[in-house]
Amino acid sequence: MKLGFSPEEEEFRAECADWLQGQMSGEFKDITGIPNLVSKIERRKEWEQQLAAHKWSCIGWPEEWGGRNATLAQQVIFAEEYARAGAPNRVNHIGVELAGPTILAFGSDEQKAKFLPGIASGTKIWCQGYSEPNAGSDLANVKTKARLEGGEWVVNGQKVWTSLAHYSDWIFVVARSEEGSKGPKGITFLMMDMDQPGIEVRPIRQMNGDAEFNETFFDDARCPEDSILGTPGDGWRVAMGLLSFERGVSTLGQQMQFRNELDAIIAAAKANGLVNDPVTRQKIAKAEIGLRLMRYGALRMLSNADTAKIDGAALTYKIQWATWRRDLGELAMDVLGQAGEIAEGDEYEWTMLPNMFLFGRSDTIYGGTNQIQRNLIAERGLGLPREPRGDK
Amino acid sequence: MEFAFTDEQAMIAETVQAFFRENATSERTRAAMEGDGIDRELWTSFCTELGLAGIGLPEDFGGAGLGMVEFAIVAEAAGSQVAALPLLGLATAAQAIAAGGTDEQKAEWLPRLVMGEAIASFQGIHGLDVSGNTLNGEVRFVPHGTAADVFVFIRKDGAWIVRKDQAGVSVTGHTTMDQTRPLATVTLANVEAEPLADAQAARDALHAGGWICLAAEALGGAQETLDRTVSYSMERVQFGRLIGSYQAYKHRLADMMVEIEQARSAVYWAACAVDEQAEEADLALHAAKSFAADTYFMCAGNMIQLHGGIGFTWEHDAHLFFKRARSILSMLGNGDWHREQVATLIMGEAA
Ligand SMILES: Cc1cc2nc3c(=O)[nH]c(=O)nc-3n(C[C@H](O)[C@H](O)[C@H](O)COP(=O)(O)OP(=O)(O)OC[C@H]3O[C@@H](n4cnc5c(N)ncnc54)[C@H](O)[C@@H]3O)c2cc1C
Repeated sequence: MKLGFSPEEEEFRAECADWLQGQMSGEFKDITGIPNLVSKIERRKEWEQQLAAHKWSCIGWPEEWGGRNATLAQQVIFAEEYARAGAPNRVNHIGVELAGPTILAFGSDEQKAKFLPGIASGTKIWCQGYSEPNAGSDLANVKTKARLEGGEWVVNGQKVWTSLAHYSDWIFVVARSEEGSKGPKGITFLMMDMDQPGIEVRPIRQMNGDAEFNETFFDDARCPEDSILGTPGDGWRVAMGLLSFERGVSTLGQQMQFRNELDAIIAAAKANGLVNDPVTRQKIAKAEIGLRLMRYGALRMLSNADTAKIDGAALTYKIQWATWRRDLGELAMDVLGQAGEIAEGDEYEWTMLPNMFLFGRSDTIYGGTNQIQRNLIAERGLGLPREPRGDK
Repeated sequence: MEFAFTDEQAMIAETVQAFFRENATSERTRAAMEGDGIDRELWTSFCTELGLAGIGLPEDFGGAGLGMVEFAIVAEAAGSQVAALPLLGLATAAQAIAAGGTDEQKAEWLPRLVMGEAIASFQGIHGLDVSGNTLNGEVRFVPHGTAADVFVFIRKDGAWIVRKDQAGVSVTGHTTMDQTRPLATVTLANVEAEPLADAQAARDALHAGGWICLAAEALGGAQETLDRTVSYSMERVQFGRLIGSYQAYKHRLADMMVEIEQARSAVYWAACAVDEQAEEADLALHAAKSFAADTYFMCAGNMIQLHGGIGFTWEHDAHLFFKRARSILSMLGNGDWHREQVATLIMGEAA
C-alpha cells in the first residue's frame, strides 16, 4: 500500500503540468477558471482543438483514435494537473467521458472511425438524451419511440434536462423500439445528428440563472439504421455500461476544482476575520478532511479498478462527493454572509462561491439522486431486498 | 497508484480477522469485563502463537518489523470484535519506548511487551507536579491501568517510564462504562521516573500509534455493527416483510456504509503517511482519529436503534460497540480538538 505515484508517473505529471500551465498562462489565459459549462463556448471549442492537436484530449484512448494509451494512473495525473492549471471544464465532457468510451466499448470499427475523431478533436460536441418527463430516476420507463422505416430509425418523443443540447452536434438517445415493451427490455441506444428539422431544443433556465440544460423534442427525427450501439432492443445494456464510465478517472480532476473552491472559502474567511471563529474553523476543518478522504477514496477505487468484486469505495463515491459539495456551498455562504447574496453586476450572474452554493443543489440530483444512490448501496453493496415497484 | 493492500497485507488481514472472530467471542469478552478488562488467554495466544504483537516494532528488540499499515490491519480486526486486550498499550507506550528510548530501555521492555509478559499503558501528565524526574500527583484515565506493569507518561517537556512496582506508585481501578478497556487513576508520590532519552520522538510516536490504533479499532467496530445489523435485518420480519426491505431502514444502513468507506480511506491514509513519513502525516492522523471515531459512534448508535428492544439489552452485544465507540471519541483528544489541529495546519493559529 502506497500513497504516492512512481517516479515515472511523477515525470509524466511534470510533463502534463508544464504543457497545461504554459497554455493557461499563454494563449488560453482568457478562459482559465471559468465556473460554468457554457460561457465563452467558441473559445472553449478552440481549446478542445488545441488539446487534440497535442494529443492531450483523450489520453486514455488507443493511439489509433487520437489517444496515448495512457494508464489509469496517467489519466488520473492528467486530470489533476488539468484542474490545477485552471483549465476550463471540458465543454465536450459528455463526448469525451461518456460517448467516446461507450463507442470504444460497444461500437464497430466503422462507428469508431466515424465518431471518435470528432470527439477527440472537439469539433463534435455531444449530449446525453436519457431523462424524460416521466423517466428520471426510473430511467427504464422511457417512452420516446423509435421505429425502423425504410432503412432509417424514426424517433418521436421528448427528452428533458439535456445538458448542452443547444450547443451539441450529436446526441445519444435511449428510446423504446419494441411496441408494448416495458422496463429495460426493448430499448435501443441511438446516436443522432442534432442538425435536422426533426429535433428541436428549448433551453430551460436553472435556479442559478444559467441555462445549461434543455428540453429536446423529437418529431420524426431520423438516423441511419446502423447508427446504434448494441443491437436493436438491447440498448439498456449499453446505457448502463455508459453510466459506469461516469465514475471514472475524471473524479480526481473534479477534486482539484473542489480544492480551488475550498481554498476560495478559506481566503474569504481570512479576509473577513471568520478564520478566527472557532465554529467556522471546525466547519472548514471538516470540509478539508472530507476532501482529503475523497481523494484517498478515489485512489482506493482506482487502485482496485481491475478487481471484479464490488468495491465499496466506488459504490459510495457519488453520494460522498455530491453531499460534500452541497455542504461546501452552504459553508461558502456561511463564510460570505450577506455579501454572498449580492451579485457583482446588474445581471443575475454569480461568481464562483455563490454559484457553487446554488449549483450544489443539483449535485445531489443528476447522475442518480442521493436517494437512488442509497438504494444502490443498500441493494448492491449490502445485499438488502430490492425496492418494490408500484406498477407490477 | 497502489493505494490497496499488497498480497502480504491482505494475508495478514485475513489471518487476524479469522483469529479474532474465532477467539474474541462475546462470551470470553464478557468474562474479561468482569475482571480487569483483559482476556489473558487471548492476549497470550495473540502475542505468542500469532506473533503479531510485534508489528510496527523493531526486530532487534523482539518486534516483527513492518509498519503502521500492518498495525492498523491488526487493530481493525481486534476492534471489530471489541476484543478485551491491551493492544493500545503496544500502540502507545511500546511505540514511545521504541522511538525515544535508549537501547537498554528497549531491551528491557520491548521483548517482554511483545511476548505478552508485561502490559503497558500511558497517559499525558500535563497538570502534574514534575521536578527533574520526580513525579507527584494523580494521573487520571489510564486505560487498562490496573493490569499494566509499566506506564509511559508524557508532557510537553518530557517523557518517562514508570513501573507499577516502583516505590510511591499506587493504582486505583474504576468501574468504567466501557468494561473492555477500564480506566484507572495512578497516584504518584515522589516517584523517581526514568526519562526516555528522546522525549519528542517518544511523544510523537505515542500519539501517532495511539491515534492510528483507536481509528483502526473504530473502523473495524463500525464495519462490524453494519454487518451484524444487515444480518439481523434479513431475519426479522414486521408487517409481513423483512425489516431490511424498508427504505428508511436501508438508507440508514447505506449512510453507515458511506461513512465507513471514508473512515477506511482515513485510517489507511494516515497509517501509510506515517510509514512513508509523508508531509501530510499530521493532518492525516487528526483526520483519521476524528473521522473514524465519529463514524463508529454513529454506526453503533444506529445498530441499537435498528435492532429495536433487543438492541437495548445487556445480553445483546450492541452496547459493547456503543460503549467502545463512546470511549474512543474522548480518548487521546476529542473530535473538536483534532479538527482544530487540522484548522491550524491549513490556516494557522486563530488570532
Ligand atoms: C443540472 C442537471 C443536469 C442534468 N443533465 C442531464 C443530461 O444531460 N441528460 C439527461 O438525460 N439527464 C440529465 N439530468 C437529469 C437527471 O439525471 C435527473 O434529474 C435525475 O435522474 C432525477 O430524475 P427526476 O428529475 O425525474 O426526479 P425523480 O426521479 O422524479 O425524483 C424526484 C425525487 O424522488 C426521489 N425518488 C425517486 N425514486 C425514488 C426511489 N425509488 N426511492 C426513493 N426516492 C426516490 C428522488 O431522489 C428525488 O428526490 C440533469 C439534471 C440536472 C439537475
